[in-house]
Amino acid sequence: MQDASGAVVAFEHVTKRYPGADAPAVDDLTFTVPAGEICVLVGPSGCGKTTTMKMVNRLIEPTSGRITIDGRSVTDIPAVELRRGIGYVIQQIGLFPHLTIGENVGVVPKLLRWPEARIRGRVEELLQLVGLEPVTYRDRYPAELSGGERQRVGVARALAADPPVMLMDEPFGAVDPIRRDRLQNEFLRLQERVRKTIIFVTHDVDEAIKMGDRIAILQRGGILAQYDTPAAILANPASEFVERFVGADRGLKRLSLERVRDLELLEPVVVRAGEERAAVRRRLGEAANVDYALLVDDHRRPLGWIDHGDLEGSGPIDPDTATPGAPTVQPETTLRDALSALLGSSVQLGVVVDERDRVIGLVSVDAIGARLRAPVRGADGTLHEIGEAAAPA
Amino acid sequence: MRIDPAWIVNNLDRIGALTVEHVYLTVLAVVIGFAISFALTVLVRARPGLYEPILGVTGTMYAIPSLALFALLTPITGVGTVLTAEIALVSYTLLILTRNMVEGLRGVPADVLEAAAGMGYTSLQRLVRVELPLALPVVIAGLRIATVSTVALVTVTALTGLGGLGYLIINLGVQRGSFGATPALTGLVLCVVLAVAADLLLLGLQRALTPWARRRAST
Repeated sequence: MQDASGAVVAFEHVTKRYPGADAPAVDDLTFTVPAGEICVLVGPSGCGKTTTMKMVNRLIEPTSGRITIDGRSVTDIPAVELRRGIGYVIQQIGLFPHLTIGENVGVVPKLLRWPEARIRGRVEELLQLVGLEPVTYRDRYPAELSGGERQRVGVARALAADPPVMLMDEPFGAVDPIRRDRLQNEFLRLQERVRKTIIFVTHDVDEAIKMGDRIAILQRGGILAQYDTPAAILANPASEFVERFVGADRGLKRLSLERVRDLELLEPVVVRAGEERAAVRRRLGEAANVDYALLVDDHRRPLGWIDHGDLEGSGPIDPDTATPGAPTVQPETTLRDALSALLGSSVQLGVVVDERDRVIGLVSVDAIGARLRAPVRGADGTLHEIGEAAAPA
Repeated sequence: MRIDPAWIVNNLDRIGALTVEHVYLTVLAVVIGFAISFALTVLVRARPGLYEPILGVTGTMYAIPSLALFALLTPITGVGTVLTAEIALVSYTLLILTRNMVEGLRGVPADVLEAAAGMGYTSLQRLVRVELPLALPVVIAGLRIATVSTVALVTVTALTGLGGLGYLIINLGVQRGSFGATPALTGLVLCVVLAVAADLLLLGLQRALTPWARRRAST
């Protein structure tokens, strides 16, 4: 429904120094957020991430340097006009308690003096977009909604005038972990449709990895420690600070960025009940890397593993000797979840199945490990060997 | 003490006229007081440092005994003039109205203000469309107190030659001893009725203007 894509947001030597402070809050930031991407600003408290974000819509003015949106310096645009063209979502949401949900969503269009009918249509469209039935929600007040519903209204309100750029300050910080996960997924699906350029602030590195196309890691004093894709940062932290900040489990974190479909799957030795043991023995012997045959039903759905012991002697295979409980994963499963399923099973092979449960291949712990050791492509397009020191951003 | 219904019946016109005068003096005082307080509040919003001095001045005015104030004003502004009455009556509303308006604005949640700024409201738009509507319950609470206390205070202006129902209570009542029981009681009852009516009217106004304040999550 919307093809309006985001705008390029560029920081050029941006510094913020508060009067009376000896050190700058934000120190000489230079980086560019490509149009339509989510850039997450992450770092410990006092790293200047919120200050950095608020300089984009001039709630805070930089001391020096400049920020441009599609090449135009934000300080060349009157602050009020600039802000009406930038979506803004904050942690406490800040819905207006005295306005209905419909009126809240229509706030910026009203400030822009859209005709009533157009505002009404837009409000309806946006409530649909964030999954709130307009007929049910439009005339309610914020106090009548749950936290998650209010959060969605906040996002709808920020999208109202179809701004190319959105600023989000810990937007999911106030909801419980389960609901946060759902809202994050919802928002990522939404972003696939609207393709805004989003500056997203969080202190949670896991959220940064999940939400960010790129991550800017800031350290105390507002210094940019690294700016790259999540995978590249996890594979090659630019400094000891980044390495500590992303955590000792950064290998595991990388696994949650990749999916089973990114791996080369192993070819399974597929057998059906009634096949001759000798023939299966021969096929299993020829297969590289696989020590088990996979017993499937008539629809190629997995039933269990057949090992060498089950194949001794002659005669047809007895389905009852198969070891059941082969873990199944889907191409969309993250490597982290796949690994977890594999480690919990006796045969450390996972069966990859399609949406109708039919076997399409196998995944092994080794294959997942190999993936972690493969070079990672950085934001600049170059491949980095794992552990190779990346150039500081 | 004897109540004389005949007196009431014979004086209905006069009682009616005095009631109208009472309402007029009250409404005038509250409206002017509200306008001045609103101006002071906008001033404080722009310069928060002025809040304490303004509270000091209006608080002092509030503390002056009304009788003394009338005595001071009469030589300057004249006996029995509306001006004399209103200067005093308005002065007494300022503390309550200004304080409630400023506190009402200060009670607007910070996240709401930040969202409004971030979405591109001008300062004036924010005041009119966000801060004042949200401050309304506290502002009207102040209006209710100011109105009810003004209704009572108007009676004292009878000493300067005006006074609305105060004329019944003081001139025809208290000053005439036991003969004044009926006018005094009539004035008193009508004062209470006026105060309660004004209070209920304002309460109704608040409810009509703040439908959002009564709706809470039902699920």
